[in-house]
Amino acid sequence: MTRLLFSTDHEYIRLDGDIGTVGITDYAQKALGDVVYVEMPKVGATLTKGGQAGVVESVKSASEIYAPVSGTVSEINAGLADDTGRVNADPLGEAWFFKLRLSNTSELDGLMDEAAYTAYCQGL
Amino acid sequence: MVPRTEGADHRAYSPGGICRMTEKPVSSFMTAPALKKTPLHALHLEKGARMVPFAGYDMPVQYDGFGVLKEHLHTREHAGLFDVSHMGQALLYSPTIDPATALEKIVPSDIIGLQNGRQRYTLLLNDEGGILDDLMVARLNEHTLLLVVNAACKDKDFAYIRQKIGAVTQLTPLDDRALLALQGPKAEQVLSPFFSGLLEMNFMDVITTAWRDADIYISRSGYTGEDGFEISFPAALADAFTRDLLQEAEVRLIGLGARDSLRLEAGLCLYGHDLDEHASPVSANLKWTVPKRRRNEANFAGAAKIMSELNNSPYILRVGLQPQGKAPIREKTELFDDKGRKVGVVTSGSFGPSVDGPIAMGYVDANLAVTGTILTAMVRGQSLPCTIVDLPFVPHRYKKG
Repeated sequence: MTRLLFSTDHEYIRLDGDIGTVGITDYAQKALGDVVYVEMPKVGATLTKGGQAGVVESVKSASEIYAPVSGTVSEINAGLADDTGRVNADPLGEAWFFKLRLSNTSELDGLMDEAAYTAYCQGL
Repeated sequence: MVPRTEGADHRAYSPGGICRMTEKPVSSFMTAPALKKTPLHALHLEKGARMVPFAGYDMPVQYDGFGVLKEHLHTREHAGLFDVSHMGQALLYSPTIDPATALEKIVPSDIIGLQNGRQRYTLLLNDEGGILDDLMVARLNEHTLLLVVNAACKDKDFAYIRQKIGAVTQLTPLDDRALLALQGPKAEQVLSPFFSGLLEMNFMDVITTAWRDADIYISRSGYTGEDGFEISFPAALADAFTRDLLQEAEVRLIGLGARDSLRLEAGLCLYGHDLDEHASPVSANLKWTVPKRRRNEANFAGAAKIMSELNNSPYILRVGLQPQGKAPIREKTELFDDKGRKVGVVTSGSFGPSVDGPIAMGYVDANLAVTGTILTAMVRGQSLPCTIVDLPFVPHRYKKG
């Protein structure tokens, strides 16, 4: 069974064992507008919770993507760079950015579940 | 995810929800001045606009279910309708003289020679030859010019113009008028049923006409590189007219986001970014705004400085920049030559939806400002090559006679 958690920086992580799939939330893609460029971490890169993991740019702005938890990048969504519109169309589905092998699962305690994240967005 | 840069427009409008993703609204003790509204404000909300602060106005940046990419491409293919009522419109009138003689003290273009029913792009200059604003000047008749200046500059511009023009010429801001821009290849077809005489107009022609007995000024011009019209309306009629126009299947409302990407593809400057008081008509590569008569007379503000730059070449020049990769190169990004010397800076950088890739413009050392020169932009610690290219990125499609 998978678990879906959210960061205050508007990344999500979908957990399957000790592998987490990371992307940006629906709230984030709406706020950004049409995504035209993405930059991924390298497979094998070691990410620290809160550290920069990638870049997502719309026509008018550039934003950094941060690692919601620490770990090692095990896979990236290589096709996304050539079809960035999917970030707007299906951010929580096929437009994931990268997969992470978690190094410290206790960091998950600092993330929000869907209900808490929805409430958080409403307060912004 | 947090914003790293906000693109070329951040001084013009904060990028909507992104800011609010990590920042709480302004604290209660910092009371921001209330934003002004254009006569079409209610219509924007009704049509699903995402509103952002821009030059003191609450303005639409994009519309729900459409968005910057689609709005941009719609304008290039059909007809996009822009609310630009925030811009400053004013009449310059003198009962005794040609007001052009007064205006020529502070702009370098030929205004005296501007024929009735013609419009010209020019620059408002300070005494050092710096650019205070860029503006459109239309001649309505021998005694009346119509000025359109940028929203963020209008109060300052109008004060400066009044200070410089002398007692026999009056400047009257048209605060009770809306301004609409209808842009794109279908603009003529869509607008013609509303007004007679449009088919005979060429690029930069201006007419005074009527709609429901009100005076309407229409110029064949715009800020997209496409054919199109800018229509000055009494504020009270703007909503009704806009709703009529939106009945046409080809017409969609377009926000400021696409307005910016369209003008950058067209190689047009955005004041406060590509132009400011540190730029001159020469360094901004707009020396065509200074015709021969004005160079000979050299009797406009900052003429000595500008003539020196014309005769000796400026230190820096505005150029088009084509990033070679896919990553957009944003405003304020520094540019380096092949020896690692800093030789320029980006002043507008975005993604061009019609180009389908990143585009930019900026200022570089004049001796490097040669088409084909490759410079390096530093973006997030990476060296990204970009090529100096001729502007515009997308050819203009103006209607010329």
